[in-house]
Amino acid sequence: MRLSREIVDHVAMLARLGLSEEERERMREQLSSILEHVSRIQELDTEAIPPTAQVITLQNIWREDEVRPSLPVEAVLANAPESDDGFFRVHAVLEQS
Amino acid sequence: MASELIRLSAGEARRLLDRREISAVELLDAHLAQIERVEPHIHAFITLTPEIARRQAEAADARIARGEGTLLTGIPIALKDNLCTVDAPTTAGSRILEGFRSPYDATVVARLRAQDAVFVGKANTDEFAMGSSTENSAYGPTRNPWDLERVPGGSSGGSAAAVAVGEAMLALGSDTGGSIRQPAGFCGIVGLKPTYGRVSRYGLIAFASSLDQIGPFGRTVEDVALLLQVIAGHDPADSTSVDLPVPDYRAALTGDIRGLRIGIPAEYRVPGMDPAVEEVIEEALRTLQELGAELVPVSLPHTEYALATYYIIAPSEASANLARYDGVKYGLSLPGETLLERYLRTRGEGFGPEVKRRIMLGTYALSAGYYDAYYVKAQKVRTLIKRDFDQAFERVDVIAAPTSPTVAFRLGERTADPLQMYLSDVFTIPANMAGLPAIAVPCGFAHGLPVSLQFMGRPFDEPTLLRVAHAYEQATPWHTMWPALAAQV
Repeated sequence: MRLSREIVDHVAMLARLGLSEEERERMREQLSSILEHVSRIQELDTEAIPPTAQVITLQNIWREDEVRPSLPVEAVLANAPESDDGFFRVHAVLEQS
Repeated sequence: MASELIRLSAGEARRLLDRREISAVELLDAHLAQIERVEPHIHAFITLTPEIARRQAEAADARIARGEGTLLTGIPIALKDNLCTVDAPTTAGSRILEGFRSPYDATVVARLRAQDAVFVGKANTDEFAMGSSTENSAYGPTRNPWDLERVPGGSSGGSAAAVAVGEAMLALGSDTGGSIRQPAGFCGIVGLKPTYGRVSRYGLIAFASSLDQIGPFGRTVEDVALLLQVIAGHDPADSTSVDLPVPDYRAALTGDIRGLRIGIPAEYRVPGMDPAVEEVIEEALRTLQELGAELVPVSLPHTEYALATYYIIAPSEASANLARYDGVKYGLSLPGETLLERYLRTRGEGFGPEVKRRIMLGTYALSAGYYDAYYVKAQKVRTLIKRDFDQAFERVDVIAAPTSPTVAFRLGERTADPLQMYLSDVFTIPANMAGLPAIAVPCGFAHGLPVSLQFMGRPFDEPTLLRVAHAYEQATPWHTMWPALAAQV
């Protein structure tokens, strides 16, 4: 199988990856050959097999809903490219009406 | 004197420290001197932290003087750079985390700190632990101490090389598909991937959350047991860590494996397997027999699908985990006219080629129209792989296999073909898929390079793995051998 250019463009947008023209073409080649390899699992009959999401028997972990100390806001925001008054600054996503 | 100190095992150093025959500062100085000599050749570290280490070594000496030393007090340790530390940068080998300073310590780091262990630096890794050679690090590759033209393996290649060449006594790494065991094998040391849930992953930069596990490197099995002892156990901050008692791992090192049933899977002979490696493995199996173990043929029929299953599940989980690198909260942020443009530029330029490849692969496998055919299908095959092991472990105590089909390959040899690179993990991936503990132990040389034997065990049966690896180690000379580079410079 060979991925179409449209699929590569679509997936890159879903993943929010800005890729150059050259990268898209290389990605098309490499992903096609990887997908060809991984597609071998299709030959197995798994009709009656349940999926495994993780391997240990996990149950919901509950705790009391109590206020506990969290990381200091300043220490967290020290990593932010832009912050303002205790918040992360983000480019506006809604237009003003 | 310096070269003698770096040749100690952590267990030996512990005894000498407690008897006050050596000090933690002396021990650190010997390692810093070795780092100065060999690091320009090896590049095992992204960040060296000698000042932090010195303060820790002084605190360790004071603690030992009070008679309060614990297992790892004063022991020089390297930390893989995907483990968060408050007092040094954490990059995960990626440009997108350049300048990031974690506001908290990973739980494993905090546990070591509480013992006054000594952190010599943050070890090199493939970007976000995605790779088998450390060539995917944005900070340049690490080189194999046995042959500088070859890779140390990966992704924890920096951790493995540092321990192999005496820059650190112990190291922590992480293993998602073999990233502890394969580099331990390529560098001729011991590496253990604990059972999924045995060690807290709080503060480990996530790659594939149903597979990732933190584990120890050492030059001896006892050293690996020591480090596991300190990092294992439940942590309320990681809901996937299991609340089971932690056994005394060193008590398992009895040297006695008479009557132990070792499964030999027929499926672990693959095309591309180096005959010289196979010969060394055969010889190791004969040694186990001579020690009184019984070799039992077993079948793991879905082994041939493990690699394919892994390369659907791991990238899928990675594509979700790596969505957090958005140029808003931390790390690299490149400007754009809109928020979308900022995302595209920051992620497009901040991630390296392999990380982008896996994000694309995972996003594709999870996208509408492909989800059932790839992701759900892979999860079903994962069930089959796990069942293979469940059935085999009804008949045997451990399973033995090569760690890798070849010895360390040359730098650049596999970078052009991602699939060739992936194949070096063909023997290590199944244990991750089934969540099992597995240990890699040196078992000889082929082409002058280390060969490694892997044991896989039942969930939470690290004691049996350590017992068999230790018995084998003590019956063979491999753990006493050093790369020439460690001494010659």
